[in-house]
Amino acid sequence: METSLTRYIWSNTRLQQIWILFVVAVSMIPYFMSFDLPKQIVNGPIQGNGFETPGATRTFMHLEYDVPLLGKIELFQGLELTRFQTLMALSLVFLLLVIINGLFKLYINTYKGRLGERMLRRIRFELIDRVLRFPPAQFKRIKSAEIATMIKDEVEPMGGFTGDAFVQPALLGGQAITALVFIIMQNFWLGMIAAGIVAIQGVVIPRMRKRLLELGRQRQLTARELSGRVGEIVEGIGTIHGNDTSNFERADIAARLGLIFSIRYDLYQWKFLVKFINNFLAQVTPFLFYSIGGFLALQGRLDIGQLVAVINAYKDLPGPLKELIDWDQARQDVQVKYNQVVEQFNVDRLVDPKIQALVPQPVNRLEHSLNAVNLTVSDDSGAPLLRHVTLEIKPGETVAIVGNSGSGAEALAEAFARLVWPEQGRITIDGTDILELPESVTGRRIAYAASDTYFFHGTLRDNLLYGLKHAPLTKVEYEGKSATRYRWEINEARRAGNPELDLNSDWVDYASAGVTGPEDLFKVVRPVLDAVLISQDILDMALRSLVNTATHTDLTDRIVELRQALRKRLKKEQLDDLVVPFRLDEYNPQATIGENLLFGSMKRPMMTNRKLAAHPYFRSILRENDLYIDLYTMGLEIAANAVELFQDLPPDHPFFQQLTFMTADDIPTYQALLQKLQGRGIEAASADERTSIIRLSFSYIEPRHRFGLLNAQLMAKIVDARARFHQNMPDDLKAVIERYDPERFAASATLLDNVLFGRIGFTQADGSDRIRTILRDLFDRLGLFESVLSIGMDFDVGSGGKRLTNVQRQKLNVARALLKRADYVILNRPLPALDQRVQDQITRNIMKDLHEEGHAPAIIWVLSNTALANLFDRVIVFDKGTLVEDGTHATLLEKDGIFRELVS
Amino acid sequence: MLLKDEVEMLRRIPLFSGVAPAKLKLLAFTSERVSYKSGQTLFRQGDPADAAYVILSGGADILSDTPSGEIKVAEIEHDSIVGEIAILCDVSRTATVRANSALEALRISKDHFLKLLSDYPEMTIEIMRVLADRLSHTTTELSEARSKQRQAAK
Repeated sequence: METSLTRYIWSNTRLQQIWILFVVAVSMIPYFMSFDLPKQIVNGPIQGNGFETPGATRTFMHLEYDVPLLGKIELFQGLELTRFQTLMALSLVFLLLVIINGLFKLYINTYKGRLGERMLRRIRFELIDRVLRFPPAQFKRIKSAEIATMIKDEVEPMGGFTGDAFVQPALLGGQAITALVFIIMQNFWLGMIAAGIVAIQGVVIPRMRKRLLELGRQRQLTARELSGRVGEIVEGIGTIHGNDTSNFERADIAARLGLIFSIRYDLYQWKFLVKFINNFLAQVTPFLFYSIGGFLALQGRLDIGQLVAVINAYKDLPGPLKELIDWDQARQDVQVKYNQVVEQFNVDRLVDPKIQALVPQPVNRLEHSLNAVNLTVSDDSGAPLLRHVTLEIKPGETVAIVGNSGSGAEALAEAFARLVWPEQGRITIDGTDILELPESVTGRRIAYAASDTYFFHGTLRDNLLYGLKHAPLTKVEYEGKSATRYRWEINEARRAGNPELDLNSDWVDYASAGVTGPEDLFKVVRPVLDAVLISQDILDMALRSLVNTATHTDLTDRIVELRQALRKRLKKEQLDDLVVPFRLDEYNPQATIGENLLFGSMKRPMMTNRKLAAHPYFRSILRENDLYIDLYTMGLEIAANAVELFQDLPPDHPFFQQLTFMTADDIPTYQALLQKLQGRGIEAASADERTSIIRLSFSYIEPRHRFGLLNAQLMAKIVDARARFHQNMPDDLKAVIERYDPERFAASATLLDNVLFGRIGFTQADGSDRIRTILRDLFDRLGLFESVLSIGMDFDVGSGGKRLTNVQRQKLNVARALLKRADYVILNRPLPALDQRVQDQITRNIMKDLHEEGHAPAIIWVLSNTALANLFDRVIVFDKGTLVEDGTHATLLEKDGIFRELVS
Repeated sequence: MLLKDEVEMLRRIPLFSGVAPAKLKLLAFTSERVSYKSGQTLFRQGDPADAAYVILSGGADILSDTPSGEIKVAEIEHDSIVGEIAILCDVSRTATVRANSALEALRISKDHFLKLLSDYPEMTIEIMRVLADRLSHTTTELSEARSKQRQAAK
């Protein structure tokens, strides 16, 4: 990267800088004209110069120029105007100049601002582009939060400076020189005094500012380190809690903040000291004029008129000078920041941009062997992980690599995946070093999965298909406004040196996954998900999630059919009582009283239990028939039961898990309430107390809690209230409550609730497991399994995939590698979080499936379970960084070597 | 069936006979009430042990997997507890239990059961008694089997 910011700015914005300089120069014309005009107005029409006789007129706007060689040229002969007319005309010209000056200022500022923002965009992009090209080892040294701070905050002032980089010194310097020359012209020696002071300012102030710059650099470094530490605290929060080191972290942060404070305070003091001296020097000049000039005048060596003119002219000097010095400080400040950033981003062995070039067309299959030639890999400390390994892996070959951990097997896999760069030797395909092959070849034709997974924030679908997004493959046709917008975006991207890639295009390379488009994607996705044993998890995610009714119409349109099929199926298996369906005119004993009253689902977060309980319409429904008195009495009973059961238990007792309608902390509150209210009517309770009592009854489920509080009469009353609740429901509630409708899909209820359209009986042993098994089968039979998977794919995996379990992440990581259909699939102990049994099952599935469907990649699998080596064509054994055995499973077993030892 | 009926049933089980009724009610409340159809499995041999079952009504067969197939080792009736041993020694299920009629049970999860034992020593003693009983039973059977074997060898 360019080391001088000024040069960087000049080389990227040369034409714009020249243009803005030109515009600034042109803007000076009306600017100076507007200086002269007030004098003309006052002297002319107001004071009456030239209008001495009544009715006198003057020529206005007579444009005539004396051009050498051509003589006089008259452009406009002018208008004859009276005194009043002239006043108006000149005033209007003044107004016009004000507008023109304003417009110039607006244009210049906008232009400079835009120039700066483009520059900022360019620098930021360039830095991120570099991060994308850093060699792998670099990432062991940097903290992500520090890099983020540099790109986000530290380069920000550079944008602001860009616009002023050349215009400001030209403008201010010009003004200052003009003023200085004027002074010198008035009196040479006084001029020299002024020039001398300016020179002192120019020498002393930048010297003093050196320390300011050094402090500024320290401030930047410490601030960056602070953000790095904050990032570490967030990422390592588990370790901090687990070791009771939060106070150690507090101490560290406090020490850092203390250091930052001292630097900033120092900076602050120096800044004002410099300001003081600067002001003093500026003010000392008039002192010298008055004293020395006055002395000279007294001696008669200087004419008083000259002295006054000099002092007057000097007024115009400090202003531009001060701004010029400020500009210089800003320049140095930005330059220091820029150097800092450049230092961090100027990295040796940066990946050549050609390696990452965009390749929209499909990449040919790798038909040559993968060779490791005399490969030596070391860790950061220089200890060799792999010593002089030479081996060849043929296309289509399945290779098991075994060895104890640390034997070098993992290092070989990482080197194949280009994650570590060899110390000596190389890895080649058809004679080319894989480090020199473009990533469009290695990233598409070689797949890699290890135990450390990374998932980007987004849906499961985005993450699973991530390995297929190499280039924008479709051209999006924009129309109307969005077309204009798109053109503008592309134009701007070009001006800031950003790539013109369209994020809205479909980046997924369906063809290389072996399908024609998004429609039949699941044809390949599902077998992979099945192979890594994750489809059940995704199905569960789908069942628990809300369904986007706009995009999943294939399923939502068939909800009635699905519900009927489930009923029929349950009947056939004599499991009718497994699910108790919702019926408008019946009480559902397996649902809470609240659910029975509502008989619908709420659109959260617009509507919640609390909001509904406070709604006047809902309250009025409860008040009719005195239902609320029944519920209140019931709530009291529930409270009494709960208090009786739990009052003696310590708050952390595991039994509290079963108490769904209260927490351990509520027990004393309800105990006190009971003492006050038991045996007295509802009138004894305040509104708040009533709410907290009635709330309990809303969560009550008779078969679960078994307090014996629900009778037929109350159930009938609730069903009746439900009917009335839905009959005249006001619009504001209708918008946020979806009534259970056997014919319709409810967008605010989960898929499971929608399909069941009822509640699983509480006393049903393993009810939800059995339902899930039945549903899985049912979805399959109705051809809806893929639609359901697609709903599960909408699951948001959270930051870094943290909403998934470690097991799920590792399975999906393998699935992602398999979906690419690469020619070399490298699996580096990819599933350590799983039980051995499941790992083995997945290994078998993959070995069987991948080779059955025609496309047969080479598989290089670093095995954790040596017993599985018999699934592979060839077994390579590593020990202490060297290749010790290589052959088929059978031959290695015969040999009395390390492999036999490992297997037994 | 309501909590208070369950408490009555729990009291009839020797293991819980020494526990105060209020605590039994708590136990019943925090346990899951489950019903099984005839032929449905409560748990399978080899499964991880996560709960004990108090049979409130109905009966079940205790079955053991052998190389020659499943054989019935014993039968349990209502008012008895099953599956508690595997929880205590943290082993997987040693036998399969399958309902032989419509069966109602209270499912006491492992955590709750262990907590109960630490809270009520009288229950622990009762458990010890049952275990000792079974051990002496097994020892007798073993010595009988050995003496038979010896006779056969002669």
